[in-house]
Amino acid sequence: MSEERQIQLEVLRYNPETDLEPRYQTYTVPCVNEWVVLDALNYVKENLDPTLSFRWSCHMAVCGSCGYMINGEPKLGCKAFIHEYGDHIRVEPLAHFPIERDLVTVVEDFITKFASVKPYLIPKEEKPISAGEYKQTPAQLMKFKQYTLCINCMLCYAACPQYGLVPEFLGPAAISMAHRYNQDSRDGGRDQRQEVIASHEGVWECSFVGACSEVCPKHVDPAGALQQVKVASTIDWYQEHLMPWSKK
Amino acid sequence: MSSKPYIREVPKTSWFFRQPRYMRYMAREVTSFFIGAFTLLLVVGLKRLAEGPEAFQSFLDALRGPLGVLFCVAALVAAIYHSTSWFNVTPQAMPIQRGEEFLPGKMIVGAHYAIWAVVSLIVLIMGI
Repeated sequence: MSEERQIQLEVLRYNPETDLEPRYQTYTVPCVNEWVVLDALNYVKENLDPTLSFRWSCHMAVCGSCGYMINGEPKLGCKAFIHEYGDHIRVEPLAHFPIERDLVTVVEDFITKFASVKPYLIPKEEKPISAGEYKQTPAQLMKFKQYTLCINCMLCYAACPQYGLVPEFLGPAAISMAHRYNQDSRDGGRDQRQEVIASHEGVWECSFVGACSEVCPKHVDPAGALQQVKVASTIDWYQEHLMPWSKK
Repeated sequence: MSSKPYIREVPKTSWFFRQPRYMRYMAREVTSFFIGAFTLLLVVGLKRLAEGPEAFQSFLDALRGPLGVLFCVAALVAAIYHSTSWFNVTPQAMPIQRGEEFLPGKMIVGAHYAIWAVVSLIVLIMGI
């Protein structure tokens, strides 16, 4: 049987039309233990305070919309079970992003950076449709499969202190996605992506704190991807400077 | 875009107190100072060696003093923490794929510890 209990849900509120700065508001929410934090937020929205704003969509850790700071930790609201917390839960908008309203953040910076790494297949050579599909072995697929699991939830950006300190940093998810396509045997766009990801604001801003991988809800391991990009970029540099005759 | 998004500033000097994982990261970074200091100490030792046997002996005597021993122990602890914290993340930076599988991370980390032990043994044997 579901056990019911009351929790104090402390939510950071911000209304750009009336507030100079954010403030906390606490709601008393009757919960069952099977609930996730997103359920508690929806209870507030439906029963206590319809003005509370937050993003969510799928409720199953696929859409990546419901990322919040839950007790200071970047989490998906739909994966943070109430029974894992005490009777007091604090929910704030994702760290390092400007607050649009309440738990809704401004994400344009992430979207611009994500698009800048060309996160799509750039075939080595265009083939006519009649030439058939671009084939790939299971081993070639395994090389990048884990990076395809990224749901663009931005928890890694909220966890990355480097992104907080240096907002120009391209960040974990964008570079991981570039790495995903660079590792794809069907792709030939690495040189185009390197201009962005091997720049100063690219992978070299990363100091391998590793927080991105610790909070990633899909176990993408962005920190690993970034270190692999560093290794590959270093090899590029040595090849270019010590062996200028060698072609990649 | 809202007309007035609120920007939360990250404290430039105290951000790492926010999370234990940030503290662990800073601990790893701070230990590199000890490694740098010990490297400098070795350079000073080389200089004293070049100056002659007496100068080198006084360098060794200074190292045997309480402050010298304290620093060496602190540098050793820092070096072990620094090295192990990096060894433990090597599978992320250097995954090894064999066919459709990846080599277990423990094997990559273990190989680093094994090489470390062998090199340390060689250095110790050469030093005796």
